[in-house]
This record gives sequence, C-alpha cells and structure tokens, in this order.
Amino acid sequence: MKLSKVFFNGLIKENTIFVQVIGMCALLAVTTSAINGLAMGIAVIAVTVGSNLVISLLRKVIPDKIRIPAFIVVIATFVTVVEMLMKAYTPDLYKALGIFIPLIVVNCMILGRAEAFASKNGVIPSIVDGLGMGLGYTLAAVTLGVIREIIGAGSIFGFQLFGAGFEPALIFIMPPGAFIILGSLMGLFNHFRKKFEKTDEKGEALDEYIYNID
Amino acid sequence: MNIFTILISTMFVNNYVFAQFLGICPFLGVSSKTETATGMGIAVTFVVTLSSVITYVIHHYILAKLELEYLQTIVFILVIAALVQLVEMFLKKSSPGLYNALGVYLPLITTNCVVLGVAILNIDKGYNIIETIFNALGASLGFAIALLLMAGVREKFDFADIPKPLQGFPISLITAGLMSIAFLGFSGLV
Repeated sequence: MKLSKVFFNGLIKENTIFVQVIGMCALLAVTTSAINGLAMGIAVIAVTVGSNLVISLLRKVIPDKIRIPAFIVVIATFVTVVEMLMKAYTPDLYKALGIFIPLIVVNCMILGRAEAFASKNGVIPSIVDGLGMGLGYTLAAVTLGVIREIIGAGSIFGFQLFGAGFEPALIFIMPPGAFIILGSLMGLFNHFRKKFEKTDEKGEALDEYIYNID
Repeated sequence: MNIFTILISTMFVNNYVFAQFLGICPFLGVSSKTETATGMGIAVTFVVTLSSVITYVIHHYILAKLELEYLQTIVFILVIAALVQLVEMFLKKSSPGLYNALGVYLPLITTNCVVLGVAILNIDKGYNIIETIFNALGASLGFAIALLLMAGVREKFDFADIPKPLQGFPISLITAGLMSIAFLGFSGLV
C-alpha cells in the first residue's frame, strides 16, 4: 500500500513534467520521434533509480553541508555509465540524443528526488520513488514523442500510418512544435487533474506521513 | 570559423532556448518580471563565459594530457558548481539587492543546462580558446535575450483573459513556441 502510494505519487500526482514542470530541456529536445522519447525515458529511469539507491545507502555517511556536491557526483557517475553503455550498444540512439545524455546530470528532477526523498528515506522506498518518477518522465516523453511524430512525420515508432498523400506538418518536429504541444498537453492535464482531485481529497494526511517514514 | 559568425549564429540562428532547448527551467521560472530576468541574464552570461574558459583549460591541459576524457561530465559539473557558489558569495557582498531578487534561482544556475551544455559543446566542436569565449558569450546573450523577450510578453498576461487550465506554465510554453517560430526566421542569416 505505502509503496504503491510512493510509486503513483511520482507517476501521476507529482509528475515531473506536467505538475512540477522541471527537467524539460532534454524532454523538449529529443522527443522528435517516439523512439527517441522512449530511449531518453529509459536512460532517465536508470539514472534516477541508481542515484536514489546509492544516495539512500549513503544518507547517514554524507555530511549535511556538502550533500549537494556529493549528490551531483553520484548522479554524474551514473550518467557517465549510461552514456558509455549507450555508446557501446546503441550507437544510433546515442547519436540521436547527442549532448542531452551528459545533460541528464543537470536534470533538476534527479537532484530534486535525491534531496527531497532519497536522502531521507530507506533503500526500498527510494528505489520505488526513483522508478515512479522515472516512469512519469518516460510517460510524458513518449506521449510527446508519439504526438509529434504522428503530426510531424505521419508515422509512429517509424511505421508509416498514412498513405503517400499525407502532407506532414514539419513544424511539429521542429522546435516550435515541442513548445506548443507540451503547452497544450499540460493544459489538458491540468483540466482533468482538477476534475479528478475534486473527488479525491482524503489522501492528503497519508502523503504527509509517507514523506516522513525513515 | 569566423568569430562574428559564431556570435550571430549562437545568439539568433541557433538560440539556445528556442532552437536547442537548453535552459528551459530558468527560462520559464524567472521570466515573470523584466527586472529579475535582467539580473538572471547577467548572472548567466557571467557564469557561462567564465566556466567555458575554465572548463576549456581543464579539458585540454589536464584531462586530455592524462587521457581521462571520460571524467569530463563529472569534472565539469563540479567546476561549475564551485563557480556558481563563488558568484553567489560575491553578489551577496557586493549587491544584496540583486542577490535578494535572484533568490532561489542563483544556486539553480548550477543545474541550468546552458552552462554545462555550452562547456561540453565547445569541446565537442573543437573550438579554440577565442572561439570558445565568443561561443559562450553568444550563447548566454541569446539566453538573456530570450529571457527578456519572454518577460516582456508575460507581464502582459495579467491583463489577458486566459482559459483556466492554460494559466501559468502552459500558456508560457505556447507563447515560447510562437516566439520560436519567429526565431526560425533568422535561419537564413548564417
């Protein structure tokens, strides 16, 4: 029960993209196609889970005053590992994502989770939190990628959807499309979340409790 | 490459916010007032230029010499974090007004992808030290321009009748999209 609450907290309630609006640079840049969005999502999940795990293990060892630099070093290590793995096994994706793989280091979401959750909670909840947050990010990345690919290229995961007569709206693969679609999606998300929250208000006290379990 | 070309290219054609998506968080976070946008723009320009020079020296004279290039990401982010701390301490002493205005966003320059992004791109593109300085200057000025333009537009939002679910970030993003279309017009320049 508790763990599932932590998990869905990251996936929906505090979705990094739609609710907290952080970590968007890479998201906007790489989601020109669904597969790129998925790859970025998986890389972020790997880093978030790994860094949450290590930081939660080290939370009693790291002195309070230098915790931020220490967290950044842990995160940067995992990013370097992911970067090397992608370079070795999926060179095409590595090229497509380019500079945004090393830039996962400065994704505010990962440092945010380290500071807000992993440094205060045990190992298992931290892993679950990392997984939930990472999946929430992936969800947003894939949604954005799918929509942009369908409108901008007429395909989904590389498969052509429409006949030869389809004229793709190129603008949606280009930078402006990313801004406009994410803005519209966020508006939709807000609209439905408000409706949803009116019927669900009793969960608040439990959330407070979950943030304090050690 | 011509220095002037680099400057124009990074400021307008490949604007780091509108074309390359670096620094979106502070772009949306600090752009609600022109005053703070100006402060943030100056702080970022200073940090980006300084960190580009320092990371250039570190990469070419320490990491490359010792064949430790794979440590690039870790070393760069630590250098930038230390530098931001220094700028913060300096601002606190020299201009408390600006320090208070920038508030939480100053430490956040560390996690501003423009800073790390420019440092890494300088190395990737094989720029020499002069080109590095101008690339950093162009990138951060481009960021400041984007921030100021956005702040100017967002101040008008208060008087506009925006649908409720779109208020705040969504409408800002859509506005950024429209501005990005405008910036596409620069693409023939270089």
